[in-house]
Amino acid sequence: MHTSRRAADFRRGVLDILPVLAAAAPIGLLWGTLAAARGLSPFEAWLTSATVFAGAAQFVAVDMWRDPLPLLLIVVTTLIVNVRHLLMGASLQRHLGDFSGPGRLLAMLMMTDESWAFAERKVLAEPLRPAYYFGVAGPMWLVWTAASLAGAVAGRTLGDPAVYGFDFAFSAMFIAILAGFWKGPRTAAVLATSAVSAALAKLAVPGAWYIIIGGVAGVIVAALLDNDVDADDADQRGESAAP
Amino acid sequence: MNDSLVTIAAIIGMALATWLTRVGGLFLMKGVTVKGRLKAALDALPPAVLMAVIAPTVLATGTAETLAAAITAMAALLRLPMIAVVAIGVAAVVALRAVL
Repeated sequence: MHTSRRAADFRRGVLDILPVLAAAAPIGLLWGTLAAARGLSPFEAWLTSATVFAGAAQFVAVDMWRDPLPLLLIVVTTLIVNVRHLLMGASLQRHLGDFSGPGRLLAMLMMTDESWAFAERKVLAEPLRPAYYFGVAGPMWLVWTAASLAGAVAGRTLGDPAVYGFDFAFSAMFIAILAGFWKGPRTAAVLATSAVSAALAKLAVPGAWYIIIGGVAGVIVAALLDNDVDADDADQRGESAAP
Repeated sequence: MNDSLVTIAAIIGMALATWLTRVGGLFLMKGVTVKGRLKAALDALPPAVLMAVIAPTVLATGTAETLAAAITAMAALLRLPMIAVVAIGVAAVVALRAVL
């Protein structure tokens, strides 16, 4: 009984992530070819994808890859591009009650934008179970590392993914996930604030700070709006508060 | 040899920087009672960050991307399956880029 539920959870996770894998594979291939063009060996390209496992940061890093290697700049830029994980993890860790200690650590190390988004969508309906989470995150890791390795071995440019619209697949998927968070006008206010702040920040501030700026702006609006209806909402909040 | 050592050092440095951001979230809220406005803020975090990630693509790339995002949002609000929403979005952006 318990085992079969675990298998069903895992299968559900794999099914959810499948369309993402279809988009991630060509992008991983592309990253592998770019890495090879900058002189990374297939093993080094694989090692980067296996340990860093963060597409945006990897593309930015490969873009900065030259001789002599600006080691400190690459590491600091990676940190900045990935600072959003701190915010994502702070939210996700509230839902890891069913995870063991090592499970929590592994869940965080395998967290990507995509697996995090699916996990946050899951907890809107039911508690997050480890089998589901790793059903999402595991295949993502396998496909990303395999595609990067294949790209680095092939070592030639496969063309621009924009031609096939693959570059838009992630935006489309995030829009689909966002629809699940819709709770009325307050959500609209949060999303509008986040979108406008992030777009303006992207134009004004170099690097990936726009994600943090947009996310924090949206969260501040949510907190301010909540204050207005503090009394009305007290009951609802009481019963839904996590233990 | 020296070259590949520097390369491996860069990869390890990138990995450590990323792990720091990934694991840090576990400890960021440790011992904080989550209720009231703080809970509202944390609950709003996933949609706010997701929106921020795609905002430059959706709002500041071009007309094709903005229109395709609107079409994708309509498909998503119709509660179509995710794979259908993504397929519609990708098809829309390819078509609009060809036309515009």
